[in-house]
Amino acid sequence: MEPLLSIRRLTKRFGGLVAVRDVSWDVYPGEVVALLGDNGAGKSTLIKCISGVHNADEGELFFEGKPAQFARPIDARNHGIETIYQDLALANNLDVSANIFLGREVKLSYLGGLIRMLDEVHMLREARDALRSLEIHFPNLTRPIESLSGGQRQAVAIARAVYWDAKLVIMDEPTNNLGVPEQQKVLELIRRLRDSGVPVILITHTLPDVFAVADRLMVMHRGRKVTEKKISETSTPELVQYMVGALDDTR
Amino acid sequence: MADTGPKAGPGMAGTAEIIGRTQRLVFFLSRMWAWAFLALMIVFFVVTVPIASNGSVHFLTIRNSQNILVAITPVLLLGLGQTFVIIGKGIDLSVGWVMSLASVLSALAARAVFDAGMPLFVSVAAALLAALAGSALVGLLNGVIIAKLKVPAFIVTLGSSFIVRGIALLMSENTTVIGLPPGIRDYGNDALFYYIRGEESGLYFFRRPEVSGELLRRMDAILPYPVVFTAIIVALAAFVLRKTQFGRHTYAIGGSLDAALRTGIPVDRLIISLYVLSASTAGIAGFLSTLRFAAGSAVIGDPLLLSSIAAVIIGGVSLFGGAGTVIGTVIGALIIAVLTTGLVMLNVAAFWQFIVIGTVVIIAVLIDQSRDLLVGRDRPGSGS
Repeated sequence: MEPLLSIRRLTKRFGGLVAVRDVSWDVYPGEVVALLGDNGAGKSTLIKCISGVHNADEGELFFEGKPAQFARPIDARNHGIETIYQDLALANNLDVSANIFLGREVKLSYLGGLIRMLDEVHMLREARDALRSLEIHFPNLTRPIESLSGGQRQAVAIARAVYWDAKLVIMDEPTNNLGVPEQQKVLELIRRLRDSGVPVILITHTLPDVFAVADRLMVMHRGRKVTEKKISETSTPELVQYMVGALDDTR
Repeated sequence: MADTGPKAGPGMAGTAEIIGRTQRLVFFLSRMWAWAFLALMIVFFVVTVPIASNGSVHFLTIRNSQNILVAITPVLLLGLGQTFVIIGKGIDLSVGWVMSLASVLSALAARAVFDAGMPLFVSVAAALLAALAGSALVGLLNGVIIAKLKVPAFIVTLGSSFIVRGIALLMSENTTVIGLPPGIRDYGNDALFYYIRGEESGLYFFRRPEVSGELLRRMDAILPYPVVFTAIIVALAAFVLRKTQFGRHTYAIGGSLDAALRTGIPVDRLIISLYVLSASTAGIAGFLSTLRFAAGSAVIGDPLLLSSIAAVIIGGVSLFGGAGTVIGTVIGALIIAVLTTGLVMLNVAAFWQFIVIGTVVIIAVLIDQSRDLLVGRDRPGSGS
């Protein structure tokens, strides 16, 4: 199978500091891959090189088989790479459908475009369908999402990514700050995303999450990729060894 | 969330539902309190004003209601633009002096155009254009400095209010601009309807009946043009805020600037537009005051600034951004006008108005905050 995303020998420096060193990595359709590593291992920098926040100094990026170089985050999004950061980029004072369509509102035109008003009926219907396709059920879509729980908001962010035809979803610590039942639901949502064919890159510290949901994983240490494994081939103690640098496949 | 709806966990459904209901009730009450307060005040004055005057004066008359409407137009216009700005998490302290500048500019323009031999309506149009152009320019500069140079709105508009004050006083040569075309006053004072009490067929449309003496005393002007003009602008503002992408994005930048930026909303352009809008409604207020008094005044706007912000706050616009409505600001302005008029009719010393209005403002903010507390807007991990 062709990889959806291919990273070849990517290096990113900040002044004298090498944040990501010579990393090659593939992500395939229909899988959840975990990106592991201690603080400062280079996970975030690598992700930001993929999502267009940073530009790599060396190396290449291929998306859907074609060379890709995203100068800005919006370019990556237009290609179908959605990054869901910890703060979710939601406006808590707006309702679910307003958030799903934030910045891309659907409008009705009257008098030859002189008057353009929001097509709220259409947006609400689409939002409801998007949530239903992920089997997310909210009692009320027209109230500010500040009344939703952290997990429900996470679900809104995921639904937004899916609605706008995300081909690859990158999630940064999605279960942080969530209660245990909510964590389970977010993980369930990640599985559902994978089953619908959208691969997910999961950045996390939480090893139980990795074993619960990921198919494969990659561990970084001090900017380098130290291992890449299938979930079935590894264990928590072994992963900890990789994360602290005691084990390293490249040495 | 995913499968089981809003329940927090097993056994939590009941509690969650009760909290949900309480929240909804608090939300409803905190939204409606301004309406309730306005209604209560009107009832209070309707009862007390006749008692205080031994039955010779009544509060809810046609004339008094029209006076209140005329009185709120400038405060409301200043408050309308401010409503947008504050929802977008900004503040515009310059609108008072911008209104003054617009009043002076429109008076100068009307006089110059009329003196050049143009007809009256052309000079009125020139006055409107001058007021809008001058004020929009100030708004544009405010907006650009705030959005592009990232200077806090409070500082920028404080500074520009001093600058505009200086310009307005310079242009007016520190005096009232008079010598405006005769007849311009009609534009600012005539009404859609006139009604002569006790007269058969005493209703006149679109023209002021030529009456004097006793009849003039019994004549009420209903819906003066400045009120009609302001009402149209209120309706437009409500539509824009509630029904257009511009309004939606205004709420978005007030709720989470970060989310707005990351979802590709043109934030800088939006912020600039907000300050242009705010200055423009102040400009219209200045223009209307010039028509009303047939004179341009460089000191007319400043005393209204704080009243207009008070109206916005009483109307439920959150100073933290992201919440508020146009109709709320209308109610806020009405509350201030009803309070002021009512207390005057009760012969209460004018200073008491300030004490009462100040108290109402603080109560309004307390209600706003208690709502935030109850729905947990500031709880950790809420993502804003």
